[in-house]
Amino acid sequence: MQEVENKEFIPTIVAFCCNWCSYAGADLAGTSRLEYPANVKIIRVPCSCRVNPMFILKAFQSGADGVILCGCHPGDCHYMTGNYYTRRRMSLLFSFLNYLGIEKERTRVEWVSAAEGARFSMVMNDFAAKIKELGENKRLQDLRIKGDR
Amino acid sequence: MVNRDLLLKRAEELFDAGAVERVLGWTNGEFSYDQSPAVFSNKEDLANFVYDAFCGANLSKYLIEQTRQKKKTAVFLKGCDTFSFNQLLNEKRINRDFVKPIVIGCEGKLDINKIKEKVEGVIEDVSVEGNTVTIKTLDGTYTFDDKREFMLEKCLSCRGIAEVEDAEEIDIEHQFVSDGDRFSMVHKLENMTEDERFAFWQAELSKCIRCNACRNVCPACSCVKCVFDNDQSGVWTKAPADSFEEQCFHIIRAFHVAGRCTDCGECSRVCPSHIPLHLLNRKFIKDSNSLYGEYQAGVETDAVHPLIKYTEQDLDPTKAVAKTEGSNE
Repeated sequence: MQEVENKEFIPTIVAFCCNWCSYAGADLAGTSRLEYPANVKIIRVPCSCRVNPMFILKAFQSGADGVILCGCHPGDCHYMTGNYYTRRRMSLLFSFLNYLGIEKERTRVEWVSAAEGARFSMVMNDFAAKIKELGENKRLQDLRIKGDR
Repeated sequence: MVNRDLLLKRAEELFDAGAVERVLGWTNGEFSYDQSPAVFSNKEDLANFVYDAFCGANLSKYLIEQTRQKKKTAVFLKGCDTFSFNQLLNEKRINRDFVKPIVIGCEGKLDINKIKEKVEGVIEDVSVEGNTVTIKTLDGTYTFDDKREFMLEKCLSCRGIAEVEDAEEIDIEHQFVSDGDRFSMVHKLENMTEDERFAFWQAELSKCIRCNACRNVCPACSCVKCVFDNDQSGVWTKAPADSFEEQCFHIIRAFHVAGRCTDCGECSRVCPSHIPLHLLNRKFIKDSNSLYGEYQAGVETDAVHPLIKYTEQDLDPTKAVAKTEGSNE
């Protein structure tokens, strides 16, 4: 018999990290031996503005319970202005998801620089805890994919 | 009511003078109430030209194909179409050299679905006289005093006519302009709880049959290659097997037209499942207005829309979402 009741819910979290700041920030967190949850799956993107809204929806479809976007602090973008565009796009997208009744806590944008390993670890721990509290993503899921897991 | 004969006469004159090769207008459909867009290529064809209370279709999108073929085309633009026309010029989708725009007045178009709800029997004829609507069905004749009752959703929030450069004008003094708040339904939804909103949209979006009518009619949705035609997108199938696909299609479509959507309301007009799709676009317009300043797409042909510019003082997404939520109270 399967033990179902006692199974602890471990959320799946997808983190899109920009190559120049946040990915290096994650690296620093690692080399500094700072912990962040193992269920955070990092996807490296050239710039935070490379993230298409479709990527975020696809992540949810594929079973993510939370999606976080990390980029350079505004003003520090490697491509000068990329993260300013991210900021506008994601503001509108997240507000729109909220309008459709999808929990607004599931999506987040954070700025993490290459020197902020500690901040990266803190942000991820905080986000993972929030998502765990929120529970499984049921509103943007694809049952066929959930079934395969 | 703007006179059909006036428009017809002008179209015939243009053909006679050899000024245009094509005229974009409306023609009769199968029933007396499903007038559809049509391209007339000679004077004889114009016998089928109609202009009445059911000519709601936006003609500006068809100009993309006509001007690509380098055919000089005269087009009749209603108030809502003028915004789309300007926006397409802004995006350089229409070659202006091949267009002869004729701006016409519009006193509001009727929604046949609203009429069908009110009357019994097969509809034979609908006529509008001022504010009075007379509907003849096989079972009898109905008369209603308030035309607004039957007007298309998009007409109930009409913003009049945008300025089109070098355009002819016919009867533009006969123009209906609404004074209603077009965001009232968006406000109402925003004030619901998260669960209520989700239930509302789930009920609406699950009616979607993925016929793509909203995409095909939308003047802003005129990419040569659409993301939803890509079989790698994961949302290309017909008849969704899971709620995700319906949601995904409408979220992405609304996002792709955000900033460029002129709120012409064609998406809701053509939806065979009667999903209020304009409410999705209006949310983006409302948020963008409150966060980045008032902006109406299609007013100017050289405007830069809010999603392709930025300021250093923009709010972070978390704060922005809180602000859009808080702006209701």
